[in-house]
This record gives sequence, structure tokens and C-alpha cells, in this order.
Amino acid sequence: MPVDAKPEAIALNSEPGYLSIRDLRKEFDGFVAVDDVNLDVRKGEIFALLGGSGSGKSTLLRCLAGFETPTKGTILLDGQPITALPPYERPINMMFQSYALFPHMTVEQNIAFGLKQDGMAKDAIARRVGEMLELVQLQKLGKRKPHQLSGGQQQRVALARSLAKSPKLLLLDEPMGALDKKLRSKMQLELVNIIEQLGVTCVMVTHDQEEAMTMATRIAVMDQGWIQQIGKPDDIYEQPANRFVAGFIGSVNSFEGVIDEDLPEYVTVRTADFPAPIYVGHGITGYEGQPVAFALRPEKVHIAKEEPEGDTNKAFGVVEDIAYFGSHSVYHVRLPSGAKILSNFANMKRWDSDGITWNDEVWVSWDDNDGVVLTS
Amino acid sequence: MSATSPLTSGWRRWLPGARAGVIGVPYLWLLLFFAIPFLIVLKISFAKMAVAMPPYTSIVEYVDNAFTVNLNLGNYTALFTDSQYVVAYLSSIKIAVISTLLTLLIGYPMAYVISRLSPSARNIAMMLVVLPSWTSFLIRVYAWIGILDSNGLINRTLMSMGLIDEPLRILYTPVAAYIGIVYCYLPFMVLPLYANLVKLDNRLLEAAYDLGAKPWQAFLRITLPLSRSGIIAGCMLVMIPAVGEFVIPEMLGGPDTLMIGRVLWGEFFNNRDWPLASAVAIVMLILLLIPIIIFNRSQQRELEGKLA
Repeated sequence: MPVDAKPEAIALNSEPGYLSIRDLRKEFDGFVAVDDVNLDVRKGEIFALLGGSGSGKSTLLRCLAGFETPTKGTILLDGQPITALPPYERPINMMFQSYALFPHMTVEQNIAFGLKQDGMAKDAIARRVGEMLELVQLQKLGKRKPHQLSGGQQQRVALARSLAKSPKLLLLDEPMGALDKKLRSKMQLELVNIIEQLGVTCVMVTHDQEEAMTMATRIAVMDQGWIQQIGKPDDIYEQPANRFVAGFIGSVNSFEGVIDEDLPEYVTVRTADFPAPIYVGHGITGYEGQPVAFALRPEKVHIAKEEPEGDTNKAFGVVEDIAYFGSHSVYHVRLPSGAKILSNFANMKRWDSDGITWNDEVWVSWDDNDGVVLTS
Repeated sequence: MSATSPLTSGWRRWLPGARAGVIGVPYLWLLLFFAIPFLIVLKISFAKMAVAMPPYTSIVEYVDNAFTVNLNLGNYTALFTDSQYVVAYLSSIKIAVISTLLTLLIGYPMAYVISRLSPSARNIAMMLVVLPSWTSFLIRVYAWIGILDSNGLINRTLMSMGLIDEPLRILYTPVAAYIGIVYCYLPFMVLPLYANLVKLDNRLLEAAYDLGAKPWQAFLRITLPLSRSGIIAGCMLVMIPAVGEFVIPEMLGGPDTLMIGRVLWGEFFNNRDWPLASAVAIVMLILLLIPIIIFNRSQQRELEGKLA
């Protein structure tokens, strides 16, 4: 994966979108939940707001749905300002966390709720409900009550209900939050298929980075009300904008250091964690002596008993721990400085008797373009 | 518990367990102080009035080796032939139904607003609803006399403000009885409604707004149907005792407020006709059983999740 800055992705971020959020700010009793957010979502895109609890992602979603009134800022949908509209006048529908299905109504009545509210004719409603049930493959369960359905089925009803009115924007609040792990990965792909099939623009909120990466075309990583980075899943993973994003998405080896040499075609970084200098094969916008972090994904770290060639991008240590995940193992290598480095090792043989094991002395190394220098 | 458990082995298994005790004590209480007195009243209702002590005939006789049971149905036929009783029953039911509806009309908004308050404010508000019950029921009803009287609080205030020239006649009219019943039974309406409404998931309302429902439409289509069991419980708790209410119509209602409780009192104490009074009570109980059965069945249906 080349790690050159992607001018194309940056240009897309600043292009006014189908959904356009400008300078949005939301305060609760002096506490700033969402802080000057600017965001553009393109038509037909699945856009994920990713962050931990208290990151402001849910508040931002509730501002889009109309349940919260922003303190400041505007929201434009398809060119129309919707900031001041109450939720029932917005062409936006939401699939709620744990679904909020109406317990006293059948599946059909739940799906028909919004259509009835619009004053649609009875036979047209019946037709639309039928289409929706077919879309989510629940034709046989239309007469059931929500509590008679499994979690996965409830989720489909919630999806059908939020899609029935053909909203201009679909909001998903922690769509997989109430499902167990196995069902989750199945439903993630199914949900994406349905959304893409209808071509509906979608903003989802999740705390689960895997879910965001699997489902979304683009992700905004949020922390403390701020958007830390917007980008495609691979951009965010391979080219994190700062220490927070690098640490939040996936696992990462991060070493604090200073820029030693800063040249247009390469940079070297010196860290106290291991003696060999870090050589990065591309230029960055920084200066010599600047404190930076060097972030390196564990799967990019090679582990071997023999010392690798070259004078850079390597460290010596002892295997302290091995976490076995079946498909791969994570080696925890303790360096003499006390720092730890993680290395993922794909288990390609069933039984590897001469593999690396506990307390082995090993060398870890990586290629010139495998890590990222983070200046913030 | 296995069969070899020390609690169930040997002679101990003939002793009632803790579970049986917990259930048994209240049932024993109900048997002693409800079922047996009820059977006695039922028995008396089939007897005839007599100038004796007790003032009714025995319904079983054993004379000349012949065991006879005399069931006198005269009291019941009297109830349905003498229009006084039918009118009293209907009037009781009318008063109870109207006061229940009034209580619901006042109690629902109260319970709704309280359930939407912050948790600490909710507790204070519910305290305030229950607080008057800390004073004796009789004293509270008596206090209304002072408020509704010709020179009571309301009339004096209105007259001093110059809104009326002569006092309004409220006390000793059916209006006063309605005021008293609504006032006294309001907590019994608010409590079950509150308990129901406070459980309402706010996200359901948000989902309704999201799907295009204005707040009042969301109320009609979500809140109201979901609070159905609370409405039924509150109405039953108000209506059932209100039908048999005696003290409030007696103290506030005046002679025009005809209720079955007063008829019962009159038969029992003024006419000393215990059998007829018993029949009046039994018929009233049967009348009240109907709404109780409806209530139970609706709750059962809700438990089974079949409520439309």
C-alpha cells in the first residue's frame, strides 16, 4: 500500500456534498458535545461517524435527525437548509439503536407507520409494506409482534421501517449494537447490500472500528466533539492523521522521537526506544528536531531469529508473550529499553515446531514505507 | 430440591414449606375475613326478616327427622321489582362512571407530566400526590364541607370579589359528591398511570417523530395505546370502590345523590332488614365482578402479547 498523500481524497472532502454540515456546534449546559464540525457526505455514500463514548458522534447524528437543535451552524440536505425543521418534517429516517420498534404494533403496522402518517392510500401502503418485507426477506412474519422476533429479524424490521418512506438520508445509530458477534458480520454485509441496492445516502454512528471499516465508504473519526480525520477506511488505517486516530483504529506500535534528517525524499527519526534510526522513504512536512511519533501496524513488523541486513528500521528484543488468534499470532517483543513492540505473524503452517516461542531472542524489522510519522 | 434433601425427608415433608407459608398466610387472612363473612352475608340474603336476635330466620331446619333448606328468593325479586333499588344501582354506576372519567381526565395529564420530569422532581411530585392520604379520609371529606358550604371558602371568595351576589349551592348536591369522589380517588388513578407512563421508552416517541408524526399524533398512536393497561388499572381502582361509596355521598351529596351504599345503610340500620340489605350487597358485588373480570382478562391478554 503506497502511503503517498492522496490529493484526490482531500479534494473530495472539501467538495460541497449532498449532505453538508457547516460549523455545527452543540452545547449542553456549557459542555461542548459537538465542536465546529464541517462535513460533506456525497449522494449514495455510506458515511460512518466513528468514535468512543462522549466523542459527540451520537449528538451529531441526533442533530441530523432533528432531536437536538444545534447551538450554531447549518445543515443542508440536497441544497435545502433543514437545521430549523422538526424531526417530523425532515426527509430523513433513522434506524434506532436497539431499534425502538413499536411493541403494540405488528411488523406490518410498524413498517406502515410512516406511510400512514403521510396520508398514503391504503392499497398503496399495503403494496409498499409488501415491497419492504420482501427487501428484508420477512414476508412470512408480517403479522408478528416485535417481541416474537429474533434480534436479527427485529433489525430487519427496523431497517424496513426506516426505508419505507424512501428517505433522502438514512441514519443508522449503532446498527449492530444489539446483535451477537457472529450475526453482526453477516448483517453488516447484508445491510450494505440493501442500502447500496436502493442507492440511499446513509450516515451511521458506531464505536466499532471494524464495523465502520466493513460498511462505510468513508469514515469520520471523532474525539471530544472534534472530527479528527475524514477518509476512506484504508486511508484512515494506513495514513492516520494524528496519534489519536492511529491509536483508535486497530492496534499500533507507537514510538515517540524527533526528526533527525528532513529531506524531500526521506526522513529519519531517532527514538529512545531502540538504537537503530527509523528511516521513512518519503518526505513529510516537518522540521529537524521536531518531536514526532512513529506509528507502525503490527502486521507490518517482521519477526526473525537472525539479524536483518541494513542499519535502520530494526530492533532487538525478547519474546515476552504470544497471543494466539488461530489465523495469526501476536508476538509481544520486549526491547532492552523497556519499550514493547507487537508483531503479527500469520499462522500459515498447522504446526510450526521450529517457530519462535517464549523467551526467544529475536529481531523485529520493517520496510521503509511501512510506518507513518505523526506530527500531531 | 432433591428428594433426599433434609428439608423434604422424613416427617418434615408434612410440614408446610416457607413458600406455602408465604402464600398461605394472606390466603388464610382472606378466608377468615373475606370468604367466610361473604358466605354469611350470602346466607342471610336468602333468609327472611324476623323480629328476633339475630333479626333473620334460619335457612336450615331440622324438624321431625326432616332436614329442610328454605331459600327465600324474595329479597332478590324485591330488588328487581321495586324500582327504588334498580334506580339506586343505575345511579351508583352512573356516578361512579362519570367520576372515573373525570378522574382520568385530570389524572392522565398529571401522570404524564410527572413521568416526563427529572427523576428527582418526579419523586417530589408523586409524594405530593400521595401526601393528602396521610390525613384521615373522613377529615379530608369533612374539610370539603368547609370549602363548598354556602358561607364556605369558595362562596366567600367569589362574593368578596363581587362575582356573585348570593352563595352558589354546591354542598349537598351531586356536584359536591363528584368533587369529593374525584378528589379522594385521584391518587388511585395517578399512581398506576404514572407507573405505566414512566416506563415509556422515549425512543419510541422519537421514532414516531422521525417517521413523520407530530407530537400529538405520536401521543395518540404510541403513548395512549401503550398506556392502555395503566388506564384500565386506574379506572378499575377508582370505579370499583366508587360504586359502593357511602361516606362521600352521605356527607357531601345531599338527598338527591342516590347511591347503593346509602340504600344498604338504610336497609340495615333504619329498617333493620338484614336479609334485604345482604341481597343488596350481594348484587352489588356481582355487578362489580364484571369489570374486574374484564380487567383481569385484558391484563392476561397483554401478558400473552396479543393486545392489538
